[in-house]
Amino acid sequence: MNTQWETVIGLEIHAQLSTKSKIFSGASTAYGAEPNTQACAVDLGLPGVLPVLNEDAVRKAVIFGMAVEAHIAPYSVFARKNYFYPDLPKGYQISQMELPIVGIGHLDIDVDGVTKRIGITRAHLEEDAGKSLHANFHGLTGIDLNRAGTPLLEIVSEPDMRSAKEAVAYMRKMHELVRYLGICDGNMQEGSFRCDANVSVRPKGQQEFGTRTELKNINSFKFVEKAINHEIERQIDVIESGGIIVQETRLYDSDKDETRSMRSKEEANDYRYFPDPDLLPVLVDEDFKAQIKAQLPELPQAKKQRFKDDYALDDESATILTSSRPLADYFEIVVKESGCEAKMCANWVTGDLLAALNKADLDISDSPVSHERLAGLLKRISDDTISGKIAKQVFEELWQGAATADEVIEAKGLKQITDTGAIEAIIDKIIADNQDQVEQYRSGKDKVFGFFVGQVMKEMQGKANPGEVNKMLKAKLK
Amino acid sequence: MHNKTIAELAKGLRSGEFSSVELTSAFLNRIKQHSSLNAYITVTEDLALQEAKAADVRLAKGDAELLTGIPVAQKDIFCTEGVRTTCGSLMLDNFIAPYNATVVDKFNNAGAVMLGKLNMDEFAMGSSNETSYYGAVKNPWDTNTVPGGSSGGSAAAVAARLAVCATGTDTGGSIRQPAALCGITGLKPTYGRVSRYGMIAYASSLDQGGPMTRSAEDAAIMLQTMAGFDQKDSTSVDVPVPDYMSELNNSLEGLKIGLPKEFFGEGLNSDVAATLEAAIDEYRKLGATVTEISMPTLKLAIPAYYVIAPAECSANLSRFDGVRFGYRCENPVDLTDLYTRSRGEGFGKEVKRRILMGTYALSAGYYDAYYIKAQKIRRLISEDFKTALSEVDVIMGPVTPSTAFGIGEKIGNPIEMYLSDIYTIAINLAGLPAMSVPAGLATGLPVGLQIIGNYFSEDKLLNIAHQYQQVTDWHQQAPKGFE
Repeated sequence: MNTQWETVIGLEIHAQLSTKSKIFSGASTAYGAEPNTQACAVDLGLPGVLPVLNEDAVRKAVIFGMAVEAHIAPYSVFARKNYFYPDLPKGYQISQMELPIVGIGHLDIDVDGVTKRIGITRAHLEEDAGKSLHANFHGLTGIDLNRAGTPLLEIVSEPDMRSAKEAVAYMRKMHELVRYLGICDGNMQEGSFRCDANVSVRPKGQQEFGTRTELKNINSFKFVEKAINHEIERQIDVIESGGIIVQETRLYDSDKDETRSMRSKEEANDYRYFPDPDLLPVLVDEDFKAQIKAQLPELPQAKKQRFKDDYALDDESATILTSSRPLADYFEIVVKESGCEAKMCANWVTGDLLAALNKADLDISDSPVSHERLAGLLKRISDDTISGKIAKQVFEELWQGAATADEVIEAKGLKQITDTGAIEAIIDKIIADNQDQVEQYRSGKDKVFGFFVGQVMKEMQGKANPGEVNKMLKAKLK
Repeated sequence: MHNKTIAELAKGLRSGEFSSVELTSAFLNRIKQHSSLNAYITVTEDLALQEAKAADVRLAKGDAELLTGIPVAQKDIFCTEGVRTTCGSLMLDNFIAPYNATVVDKFNNAGAVMLGKLNMDEFAMGSSNETSYYGAVKNPWDTNTVPGGSSGGSAAAVAARLAVCATGTDTGGSIRQPAALCGITGLKPTYGRVSRYGMIAYASSLDQGGPMTRSAEDAAIMLQTMAGFDQKDSTSVDVPVPDYMSELNNSLEGLKIGLPKEFFGEGLNSDVAATLEAAIDEYRKLGATVTEISMPTLKLAIPAYYVIAPAECSANLSRFDGVRFGYRCENPVDLTDLYTRSRGEGFGKEVKRRILMGTYALSAGYYDAYYIKAQKIRRLISEDFKTALSEVDVIMGPVTPSTAFGIGEKIGNPIEMYLSDIYTIAINLAGLPAMSVPAGLATGLPVGLQIIGNYFSEDKLLNIAHQYQQVTDWHQQAPKGFE
């Protein structure tokens, strides 16, 4: 009963490529239009229509392949995957089977401070299906074909992950990567980035894999972890109580937090793949690759290293800042515009700004505090116009809206007092009013010093230059 | 008027001898008069007269093209915007196409007048036009016989002078075989020469549209309009379209003709063989040299074809599921019922047979043994043609083993029916262009001579056919009662 179990996980990620038009037609891919208004004759699978490949989808697949250092197939082939479903207009999906456009590659993930390399088996281009709508049709099913023909990149990993945590790390890393590359908007609510997980368990030390089940359509990081952990537990339970795992497809129900069987291997479709005679093989030559390589953005890993090297950031800050391209860009602009020390800029971006954004559930690109305004604030800290504490107050104002840091400081009179005369007068008053504490300090109770600083700052509404206050207090209390 | 060539009609239209409306009306009358041939599924009388009026205006303005005002008929496999497009099937009996096939657009742009949509074997699957939901078409040469198929309506209409010319499509012989059996000229172009956009797919890697006319000259005019690269069809080929008319009168002196011995062996009717010998003698007189060649892989063409074509059709016809358009069964109880009854009731026997064959051939465990093997044979056949066509300029042979067979004679025996395409199928597998040219009569029924050329040599084929038609009049003969 005390068998140690090891989990084996492989993920299939479907990333919607952010092309303007569909993979085989000129119809728009924009999300959220009235049902069936973005489905042309080709998407509807009308008699006689033919698919024409969107070059931008190929370009984006190649960009991805390069980013994961994969083999880019010079010759890849579209195939028909045959099955009947009402939201699959042609009765087959155009996909790639034997010759995918992206071959073997890899992606490195970090879990608990350890870097692990996850193999990528392949990535292939295919078209998405439409949607079946069951609500409001009085027992019938509605079909919306707006999504039909949207380009997808299906990214298949090796079974290299050993825990739900690793699977989530991989999915997050992939999510970050495709957005970095600008090939997928990563919007999980809209289904732009979804994932199937192949899960099996085996006794620790055993070489061969256990029987796997496939968990379908998991569309959030949280659910991936939950669904996989549930499935691991279920499989171990089954085996430990003498049962065997059946190879099957299971659906994760996020409401009930459980997985349930969809179909077994015996019921699995025979998709009868064969090369699509309507499409020519896709040829990717060296010129095309060179062109794409030249336009490839800096990848997250490289950017992180550069942030550590150029800005002397610690690993944690560099990781956070490079987790998305807009965030990294924001940070770099703040550093440049403020002229401040990078470390301070990093602290503000990863600290106050991200905390506020998280709280408000906003993305960096929707930040109410622009990089110019944050830079303006940081400038005033580093030139001692305001203290760090006051700066937090100013930041609150910036978050609310309309003014620049200078305007807030001016309007609220927050400018730091460095006039030693004014500070001295206050200090003298505090010392006079608190003779007991003066005695304590002088008799060696150093802690009391903080009391005096607090009193002075309170009296001066926080506007006194803390350095100046410290220096003068020390001299007076001697 | 109805016996004139396109060039003669174009002249008449320009000289004011007759208007397009008059010409169109004459053909509409003939169609009514001979409706018992069942050549048309839909006659678009109002539309035709409207188009004829527009053509007359264009002719008067002097910006007409050769086809402006000429009454043409479309095989009912080409989508025609606002006009029912059935593909010979109950499945599409109610289907009004919302767009035009590229070929149809091209005829419209040229100002041609569309008389209607022509009968055909259901989804182009058949060699006798008997699988049509709309009933068999009768061969005007002998109304007890079939016109061939699948473009049987096209061939019968052109032979009976119910259209000046017609479009056809050819997947395994569907232009050439009916052209031969009805005594007209038919050209299957190189795969990729004519756009397939809007042409309802049977077997995508084999389907090719082409002209069906009374003469090679008319075919040249039609192909000039039909051919060309189309961005909407990835398999159409971007090579320049030559001026077909200007090549027609080239001399055939020194032309090297190859006759594959496999084409003239067992199975070929002796009357047909004798007729073809006479035609080939005419070519000798025109200065050609004739040599026997051998193409050992030809016998593999039928088995390979009947794997590849059904495999492709099994997927191509999946879209006819009763969900979005076309036939839907009454009161389906659930999704499976909707699928099985809509398809079970909407498709005819031959279509179902081919879908089943194709589904089987693509199934797990059979794919390598059937589909992959058939593709290998296909490559071997192409290689065989390549070798042959490096030694000779064109290959000649029969189009069909016999003249038109009786209605009902073969429909009960699919294998025998499939064998009637034995001389045409290999050409589709290789993707080559080929023609059927009227070469005489055997026991009163037309015989076609097949001319096969290299890729994109349509100009040469038309030239070779035209030269023959300058010294013979088989192509001008009309069936009795249709003169």
